[in-house]
This record gives sequence, structure tokens and C-alpha cells, in this order.
Amino acid sequence: MYLRQTCQQGAGMFYAGTANPIRISRETEEQMTDKLHLKVVDRRSFVLGASAVAALGALAPLGSTPASAKAWQDFMKEAIGDAKPAEGKVKVDLPEIAENGNTVPYKIHVDSPMSESDYVKSVHVYATGNPGPQIIDAQFTPLSGKAYVKSRMRLAKTQDVVVVAQMSDGKAYMGKATVKVTIGGCGG
Amino acid sequence: MTPISGIKMMKKMIKLTVGVLLLAGFSTSAVLAADGKSEAVKPAAEFGLDEIWSGYHFAKKETQALQDDDFDNPGNLWLEEGAALWSKVDGDAKKSCQSCHNDASKSMKGVATRYPVYYAPRKKLINIEQRINLCRTEQMKAKPWKWKSKQLLAMAVYVNNQSKGMPVNIRITAENKPFWEKGKAFYYKRRGQLDMSCAHCHEKYYGKHIRSNVLSQGHINGFPTYRLKWQKPGSVHRRFKGCNKQVRAKPYGLGSDEYNNLELYVKWRGNGLPVETPAVRN
Amino acid sequence: MAKPRIKVPKMAKVGEIVEIKSMISHKMESGRRKDKKTGKVIPRKIINALKVTFNGKLVFSASLHPSVSANPYFAFDFKVPGSGDMVFEWTEDGGKVITAKKSLKAA
Repeated sequence: MYLRQTCQQGAGMFYAGTANPIRISRETEEQMTDKLHLKVVDRRSFVLGASAVAALGALAPLGSTPASAKAWQDFMKEAIGDAKPAEGKVKVDLPEIAENGNTVPYKIHVDSPMSESDYVKSVHVYATGNPGPQIIDAQFTPLSGKAYVKSRMRLAKTQDVVVVAQMSDGKAYMGKATVKVTIGGCGG
Repeated sequence: MTPISGIKMMKKMIKLTVGVLLLAGFSTSAVLAADGKSEAVKPAAEFGLDEIWSGYHFAKKETQALQDDDFDNPGNLWLEEGAALWSKVDGDAKKSCQSCHNDASKSMKGVATRYPVYYAPRKKLINIEQRINLCRTEQMKAKPWKWKSKQLLAMAVYVNNQSKGMPVNIRITAENKPFWEKGKAFYYKRRGQLDMSCAHCHEKYYGKHIRSNVLSQGHINGFPTYRLKWQKPGSVHRRFKGCNKQVRAKPYGLGSDEYNNLELYVKWRGNGLPVETPAVRN
Repeated sequence: MAKPRIKVPKMAKVGEIVEIKSMISHKMESGRRKDKKTGKVIPRKIINALKVTFNGKLVFSASLHPSVSANPYFAFDFKVPGSGDMVFEWTEDGGKVITAKKSLKAA
């Protein structure tokens, strides 16, 4: 499983913060730093907003996803059509650092009166760095009372999670959170 | 803030709180029960640890929250399964666990605090999983469940859970002493390509990071534990195998005598910690 | 294989917003994992949908993808319109449907 692979990258270990740190497999550590550095650059180029979404769409083939696999932007377009998501209204509650990528708890709140005439129709959650970026496509109704969902996701690596909400009038909003996924775990 | 300074600060804060409460004339035992979560348990015997902390103490708050909520705790899926299996008739003797043991909340209460135990017919230790399977083969005339089967895990979670909140209390007797000694020797023996013993991680360096994980004291009061990594509960022996593999040593088998001896010794180290089954850990 | 747990309050006031919780035991086999011994890909088998209705009217539904954690857990809110039955339906790949039902009494 892809999640397991990331776990096993951590065969080398070291003690941090001890007088005589035991260091094994320095290369792995350096490679990881390189990867993290690349991620930072990625993240900088990741700006929310309609134009940036389009730009990212063009960049997608350069990423780690194979050309045949669909990017999260493609799935979003299928879900909400041509609506251009604006920033705001969507609150994504995710741990800054996930203890394990297999079970990352999250909560989503979308600001809406949830009345018969004005409610959140759907919420779409994407793990931008997973081999399959879709997590859930949820539907709400005025019976929901609040547009709120709490669940658990799998994250293959450190990445951004994007949440897109579409309102009953067709307008779309988005929010995101960056999650660092702990790798190399013996579990403590 | 590093976790270590965090822990130190927390300890200071607890000492302060205790002091304040004493001054105010409160009974501290009623306010702060040492459960190894926010207050350390004092070891009753002398060994490598001055204070005893549950693995819960070293987990991230999101993981703690998963354990704390009775609905959200995914281990409870196995607990419910175990409860259903308790009264399920199986085997040629047409018996269920309930046929002999009636109400588990009475008959199984405290069992988890004293297992593994010495089993005279085999002249060695058996743990709860093996006790369950012995009941199945000898009393129920049913097939034993496999170690990693859903049924054995569910029943082990259910049986351990009947002691939830009760302090682990392994007593060393003339009968189990030789096995405790073997377990202790195993604990302190360096092994594997990394040449590390259990004590290196869980006695000398607990609270420190090993890569991105915080090392615990390796107590087993929450087993079978729902591990996020496994995405299901697993036995103590499965955890031991994982640890042995991490130091690149050849692991022993699930249910092996070596791991039973180690289970007894490690459980004894956690004497005083409340049973947390099903705990949730990374 | 799959066994559901649900949490619906027995009693609530009309118009009150209550939290509903659900969890089902399932491996959520992603279809991206390989069998360690044979090296072959383990075929995908997940719960691909959850649908929750109250007296037949939709409250919450979701399509689930392989990035949903094992033992899928969902909590959401519900604005109580009156007394009735809440029905949960989980659909597994291959079409198997698992259901659970709980009654709520409105005051």
C-alpha cells in the first residue's frame, strides 16, 4: 500500500535532543530534507483562487501524478461544473502534524444559514498529494441544520487538503489546510 | 516547545497544583488520581523507571481524543463484536463463554490486571488470548481462533475491557518468578542489527523523539490496542514483533514462550497503570 | 464483515440541532496495496457510499473514495423536524447494502 511505503522509508532512525545522538542512515535524513524543501516551493506556488486553480491545472503533469491519473482539479470540475470557487466560508479543521497518515481526523464547517432557500448543497474533499485525490463528495440538505461533517482520511504524505463547497445557488467556496504527515514511524 | 520540556513543564504544573490543593486542604487523591495520563504513577518496586506513564501520555491530542470518546474510539467496534461472541454457542460441546462464565462484567472483572498467568498443566505462562483458545478447545470443543483473527481480537478486547480503569497488578510468585526473570533478561538484552534492547528506547530515552515519533515507556495496559498504523486492534505479541523488526532482529512467533515471558515482565513494569483497553495509539 | 454503530438521540426538541454519529467496521481495501507473498495487487473493496434519511427525506449523503480511513466514521448535524426514523445505508463495492435504523422522538 502506498501508505505503507512511506512508513517504511523510515528504517533509519536517530534520537533527537540527546547528548550522544545515535544516527543511522544519514542519507535518508538528507533526502527527506530535500523533499521537504521541494514541498515548500510547491506550497508557495499554491495560491488559492480561481486563476491559481487554472494555473495549477496546467502544472499538474509536472507533479508526481502520472499523466493518466486525474488531478484533483479535474475531479472538482466534474463535481461543481464551471463554478469558480472563492476563498472563504469553508473552515477546515485538520491536525498540523498527523501522527499517522492512515487515520487523520478532520472536521469541516461551512458558513451557511441552511434554510430551504439558502443552504450548502455539496462539499468535496481532496487530498492534493494522494495517488487518488478524492476523499469524499458529501451532500447536505436543509435538514442538516448545519453544514458540518467530521470524519477520518488517509494521507500518503505531507500535502494540502482542499475542501470545496457548492451552495444551493451554485456559488462555490473553498478552504484548505496543510498537513505534515509523520513518516518513519515505529509508533513510539 | 519540545515534548520533553512540555512534559517537564506539565510535571511542574502538576506539582504546583498538588501543592495548592494541599494548602487549600483538599484531599488530593479525590482530585488527582494518578492514572499515568496527566500524573505519573509511582513504581511500587525498584527498577529502571522513577515514574510510570501510560502510552496515552505520549500520544498526540488527536489520538487521545479518538480513545477518550466512547463512540469515536474505533476499537469499540471490536468490543461490541466481542460482546456478541460472548454468548454465541460454538463447538461440539454446544457451549458459549457465557455457559460457564455468565456475566462477563462480573466474571472477567480484574482478569486483565493479573494476566499472563502460570498454567500448571503446561508448566509455563499463558496470556489472555491463549486462555480464550484453551476454553474453546477444551471446554467448548471448538476450533481455536487464529491469532490475528477478528474473533480472537474481539474477544481479547472484550475480556480486557471488563477491567477498564482497574490498576494493573502483576504479583511475582514462586511459580511465575522464573518466567519473569526470563522476561527481564529478554528486556535488557541487545538484539538485532541495531544492537538495541527494549530498555534503550523505553527506559533510557522515553519522551524523546525517534525520528518523528515520541518514544513511550512501552507499557501494555491498553492492549489489544487500536493502532492507527494497523487500522485495527492488535495483540501485545504483534507489537513485540514490530519492535523486534524495528531493531532489525528476527522476531519470535505470536504466542511464543519468549513473548509470554516478556509480556509478564513488561506488564509488571506498568503495575499501577489502569487498564485502558481498547486504547488508541499511533 | 461490516458491522455498523450509530448514535442518534432518543429524544430531542423540534428545531434542535443534534449531532449524529456513525461508524462501520470495514477494511477499506484501497486497491493500491500488494499482497506481500504473491506480489499481486489486492483488488479494491471499499464502502463507496453512505446515505442517511429521516422519514425518507435525505439528511446527509456521501460518496466515499479509497482515501477514507478504515472503519469509516462520519458525524454530522441534524435539525429535528419531528419524530421519525433515521435510516443509514452503507453501500459496499459490488452492491452489498448494509442498513441500520434508529427512532427519534421529538418533544
